[in-house]
Amino acid sequence: MEKNKEIRVFAEEIRVEALKEFAHLGFGHVGGAMSIIETLAVLYGGEMRIDPKNPQWAERDKFVLSKGHAGPALYATLALKGYFPKEELLTLNQGGTILPSHCDRLKTPGVDMTTGSLGQGASTACGLALGDRMMGRDSRTYLMLGDGECNEGQVWEAAMFAAHYKLDNLTAFVDLNKQQLDGSTDDVMYMGDMVDKFKAFGWHVQKVDGHNVDAVKEAVEAAKAEKGKPSVIILDTVKGHGCLLAEGMFPCHHIAFTAEQIAPSIEHAEQVLAQARQA
Amino acid sequence: MSSYTVKSVFEKEQVEMRKVYCNTLMELAEHDPRICVLDADLVGSSGVKPFFKAYPDRAIDCGIQESNMIGVAAGMSAAGMVPFVHSFGPFATRRCLDQIFISAAYAKLNVRIIGSDPGVVAAYNGGTHMPFEDMGALMAVPEITLLEPTDSVQFEWLVRQLQNAYGVYYIRLYRKTAVGVFEPGSTFEMGKAALLRDGTDVCIAASGIMVAEALKAAQSLEAQGISAAVLNTFTWKPIDDEALRLYADKCGCFVTAENHNTVGGLGSAVAASLAKNHPVPVEMVGVHDQFGQVGTEAFLREAYNLTAAEIEAAAKRAIARKA
Repeated sequence: MEKNKEIRVFAEEIRVEALKEFAHLGFGHVGGAMSIIETLAVLYGGEMRIDPKNPQWAERDKFVLSKGHAGPALYATLALKGYFPKEELLTLNQGGTILPSHCDRLKTPGVDMTTGSLGQGASTACGLALGDRMMGRDSRTYLMLGDGECNEGQVWEAAMFAAHYKLDNLTAFVDLNKQQLDGSTDDVMYMGDMVDKFKAFGWHVQKVDGHNVDAVKEAVEAAKAEKGKPSVIILDTVKGHGCLLAEGMFPCHHIAFTAEQIAPSIEHAEQVLAQARQA
Repeated sequence: MSSYTVKSVFEKEQVEMRKVYCNTLMELAEHDPRICVLDADLVGSSGVKPFFKAYPDRAIDCGIQESNMIGVAAGMSAAGMVPFVHSFGPFATRRCLDQIFISAAYAKLNVRIIGSDPGVVAAYNGGTHMPFEDMGALMAVPEITLLEPTDSVQFEWLVRQLQNAYGVYYIRLYRKTAVGVFEPGSTFEMGKAALLRDGTDVCIAASGIMVAEALKAAQSLEAQGISAAVLNTFTWKPIDDEALRLYADKCGCFVTAENHNTVGGLGSAVAASLAKNHPVPVEMVGVHDQFGQVGTEAFLREAYNLTAAEIEAAAKRAIARKA
């Protein structure tokens, strides 16, 4: 069997399910949900120590989706892992749902931290990593930051903090999809080189193709082996990746569409999934 | 159940509140590995140096990063730790309101935030460091508990309660020596006001440094034939609706006394409760929508009318307004 085929298939399954969530609603943060899917597949497809039947297991690895608006991608991942029935996915954002637009640890089985106010997940992830270390657990905390989110000063407070306290049980990702709500990240708020920045803050830094599961998986494993400093994996991604409609729009941070407009994108994603299964 | 005894003489205590903070936490930490302390480059000011020395693995100086500190504490509590976080009042509240709201309260995590040097006791640090709005800033955070301990006895009781309480708590703390009001060993109930003296003509609801002023005012009023009850409303949220209703019924009018803006403060909380449950005249002693400034504590108390004399005058105004 081709290396990491299962993860590749898992990623395309997540994409199809996430697109169906958005399609049912008719709008959403499609772009930034699509761009993190390969990383979610790597983490929940073997790299993270989890038990979907016991979401509160203290010894589990934790995932903080600090760019909380990408929740629908995480929800698809969790449903496919069996944290809750897949049917729930179609209740996204409906009154009384367990799947709100932004992640809520109290509502969704498997969501480890409440996020939605950008920058805050960076600090809570540091707290989880530090708390687990104080409790004597060998759990890891994974943190997903958006590139636009890195405009927030709190991200850099946390970056300084994680390095100072040598949180080597923390692996962060920056989803470098180069877009934020108002346009390209370079145009809205130029942040310079993300690799240089994190290096300057004392982190172990890798940069990989965020849509290549082999590369992401290898980087996650290299980060685990790194001792004495936190790790960050800069994910070179395309906003809206794998969703034809979103990829063709700029910016595609939050888009609205009719069922007819999104249908070809779902069809395309299903074809890619079928190809991945056959590969 | 509360069981407290009020002193007969009110004098400055011997022990600083911050010493009580550190000693009590060290005692709790000895038997409870979840207890941890975070500070934002104010370890020297908050008096927790001995804790940092005794428990270096559970003591975190966050540097000058209040917002990050609140988030870290929230995350640590999600991992099972019980964090006590300190900064100066303004920075522990208004600077990180969104982190307190989302990372701690909305996420229903378990964080205790200590904000020191309330109102005029910030003295020489002046308007930038003088929170007349710390409680007010947090008043609209759902489910948060807001407390202002009166003296070292009440504060020690509170720190012990917070070991096993769950939720987000903000404690407005006078770091130095308070006026002692309660006998050692007194116990209280969060959310329940403590009755310091009974009365029938007017009820004074007081908090923090204003408790001693309220007691002085009540003594002076008694000499003039006016019977004033004094309630120590050390929990501002949830306010003790029942005690307020009871004393509105008994006394027919209220005075509130706080070292804080009456807008969004104790005055507002008491007035809202009474308006809902038992409307009576309310006179508010406190800071009336003003900023802080530099000066000695004595100068500032006079400048903002945070005095027994003002409480006494307010009591007479309230009584005169009774129908």
